[in-house]
Amino acid sequence: MKKESGGSALIRALADENVELLFGYPGGAALHIYDAIYQQDKVQHILVRHEQAAVHAADGYARATGKVGTVLVTSGPGATNAITGIATAYMDSIPLVVISGQVASHLIGTDAFQETDMMGISRPIVKHSFLIQSPEEIPEVVKKAFIIAKTGKPGPVVIDVPKDMTDPNHLFDYQYPKDIKMRSYSVPSEVEESNIDEAVSLLEKAKKPVLYAGGGIIQGNASEELKKLAKIMNAPVTNTLMGLGAFPATHENFIGMLGMHGTYEANMAMHEADLIFALGSRFDDRTTNNPQKYSLNAKKIHLDCDYGSIEKIINVDVSLNGDAKKILKQILNKINTKNIDKASIDIWNKEILNWRETHGLNHDLLDKKFHQKQILPQQVIQSLYKSTNGKAFITSDVGQHQMFAAQYYKFDEPRKWINSGGLGTMGFGLPSAMGVKFAFPDEDVVCVTGEGSIQMCIQELSTCMQYGLPVKIINLNNRALGMVKQWQDMQYGGRYSSILYEDSLPDFVKLAESYGHVGMKVEDISELEERMDECISMKDKLVFMDVYVDPDEHVYPMLEAGGNMSEMRVSKTKKTF
Amino acid sequence: MSHISILMENQPGALSRVVGLFSQRGYNIDSLSVAPTNDSSLSRLTMVVKEEESVISQILKQLNKVIDVVEVQNLSEIESVSLEIAIVKLKITEKEAKKIIESAFPVVGEIINHKDEFVMIKLIGSNHEVDDFLLSLNKQKFLEVTRSGLLGMGTGENFLISESETTIEY
Ligand SMILES: Cc1ncc(C[n+]2csc(CCOP(=O)(O)OP(=O)(O)O)c2C)c(N)n1
Ligand SMILES: [Mg+2]
Repeated sequence: MKKESGGSALIRALADENVELLFGYPGGAALHIYDAIYQQDKVQHILVRHEQAAVHAADGYARATGKVGTVLVTSGPGATNAITGIATAYMDSIPLVVISGQVASHLIGTDAFQETDMMGISRPIVKHSFLIQSPEEIPEVVKKAFIIAKTGKPGPVVIDVPKDMTDPNHLFDYQYPKDIKMRSYSVPSEVEESNIDEAVSLLEKAKKPVLYAGGGIIQGNASEELKKLAKIMNAPVTNTLMGLGAFPATHENFIGMLGMHGTYEANMAMHEADLIFALGSRFDDRTTNNPQKYSLNAKKIHLDCDYGSIEKIINVDVSLNGDAKKILKQILNKINTKNIDKASIDIWNKEILNWRETHGLNHDLLDKKFHQKQILPQQVIQSLYKSTNGKAFITSDVGQHQMFAAQYYKFDEPRKWINSGGLGTMGFGLPSAMGVKFAFPDEDVVCVTGEGSIQMCIQELSTCMQYGLPVKIINLNNRALGMVKQWQDMQYGGRYSSILYEDSLPDFVKLAESYGHVGMKVEDISELEERMDECISMKDKLVFMDVYVDPDEHVYPMLEAGGNMSEMRVSKTKKTF
Repeated sequence: MSHISILMENQPGALSRVVGLFSQRGYNIDSLSVAPTNDSSLSRLTMVVKEEESVISQILKQLNKVIDVVEVQNLSEIESVSLEIAIVKLKITEKEAKKIIESAFPVVGEIINHKDEFVMIKLIGSNHEVDDFLLSLNKQKFLEVTRSGLLGMGTGENFLISESETTIEY
């Protein structure tokens, strides 16, 4: 048995967990660990340019692959820089293991150089955290961390490692545990048959059902089962922002995303439904509007791996706490096609189609196209969809561009749409695209961003150069913090407080070129499609495509604050209430 | 108002996870007592929480999700006993103190210290009883109080003990 130090044991444990990529940034408290990385070749370390980007990259990798993303940062500023990334992963339940260096044990609590209380700072935004107390416990803690990160409701786990725990002179026998014992952690057990029966009976009785699927279906790898259920019932399906791709967007039963900027027909369907089956979605306030006025006529079934999410916001008739795939299989086994009210559901589907025809996504885009010279942001996404055959991984930042991407790129597969839904973190797009590209070097990976967001992690263009990551960056440049501007237009009488850059934007083409990449600028609608094709076809180059879009465009539909799910603005001049 | 008992791992940061949960989610704690149990790897907490029933059920779920929390029990939903201990310091004579103790029923009192012109009395009772008693004390002479927070335990078969360890393979 080869002896290891705490530092080498830590890296060896990651290798035993089949970790291939460790995103990180070195510093004093982590130097023993970095020395251990140097002396092995199983785990590859990726040097980013900012710790926030390390976490986002690991996060993108985790979202795209379903594996646990892994991060290493130093103590103090390294740890605090990682916080935004950890919070982002926490809000979207993404499995990560984040290892932070810490000052030596005897210095903890003395305000030592680069000491921060990482256990304390990260507590509200982690699923769990560990402080290493002896080098010998490192293999077991790593094992626990991975299990906790990926089972049940996934989430980030922090391992805080005081420098003396990685002392290269302290050696011990290394053994990686096969399993671990934890009396205080368990994953949800089987759902009782009677609950399944109740759910099935509601599904069979429904005349106006909606299947409302969220990120839990993606994380739970349950898309196939969802498709089967939709098919058997011929029921309409809506996805949340986090759930896009859980159900194919080009499927005839798909009625679009719901919520704040969901489609008219999806929000109307939620309002008028007589049964809502929530699958791996948590009735987030962006998808319910006012909970007191939420879908009052609908019975509700809630399937979630987290019982804390059930009846947190909305009371339900049947709760199904557990693994989505398993539970859906149980339902599929029990549901009797003959009992389903097909005739009523047919009428329901027609009603939804009617809504789509009156206020569906493209309804006024076409008239606009006719009159305009400027490029509409929606058209850029449509063009991107065409050039990539709808098959690319799309990461996004946060703002109007994110919503346009969610609305207009029709995701047919899970794990292809990668965005910060819960925390809404500007700066997420580029680093997460790096993580995806590492995992899928032969696929198109595109970051849809805005000139505001991209500047929050733009330094990662350098990381992309170092590791040869030919991601594509589509910058919907509206010369403003567009989403904030939209709110200022709608609610603050057009008083544009601090959303403009006053001619200080960089020349993104030159900027990209200075990092050794390709830059492109597109201002004319007539060249959009051609340039987009050109951009996507440069398989081994990072291309930064700076597209000047109409700065006055708003994202619609938009739910009216405080209202119910049918109260929407559908354009600058039209509303439904 | 609910009484909640929690069995928790004696691990770094465990208590702050439990307490942090309350501040993070905006729940109000009325009292909290914590101490190790006969098993040194475990601590036991009793909490009094002032929230509506729907919130209490959320709190119980969220507590169960905290990984260092081994078991949670809502004492208000089962048959249980609870009591609180308080120490008060009064500026009175021992004779006056004895009189106060006699009148304290159902709170049980005992003089535990007498120094200079100050007397300390130990009180045991339910938390309402202790509340009522403290209210009845003469404001001028009542100088200081410390309370343990509620301690509680289910009766009979209602045990709060850790389940056996589950082995997780992955
Ligand atoms: C780190 C961070 N800071 C602030 C915000 C608030 N915010 C949400 S959208 C937005 C504007 C984003 O501008 P841009 O990236 O240009 O996108 P656009 O809306 O213009 O498409 C801001 C400031 C945020 N989500 N994240
Ligand atoms: Mg912008």
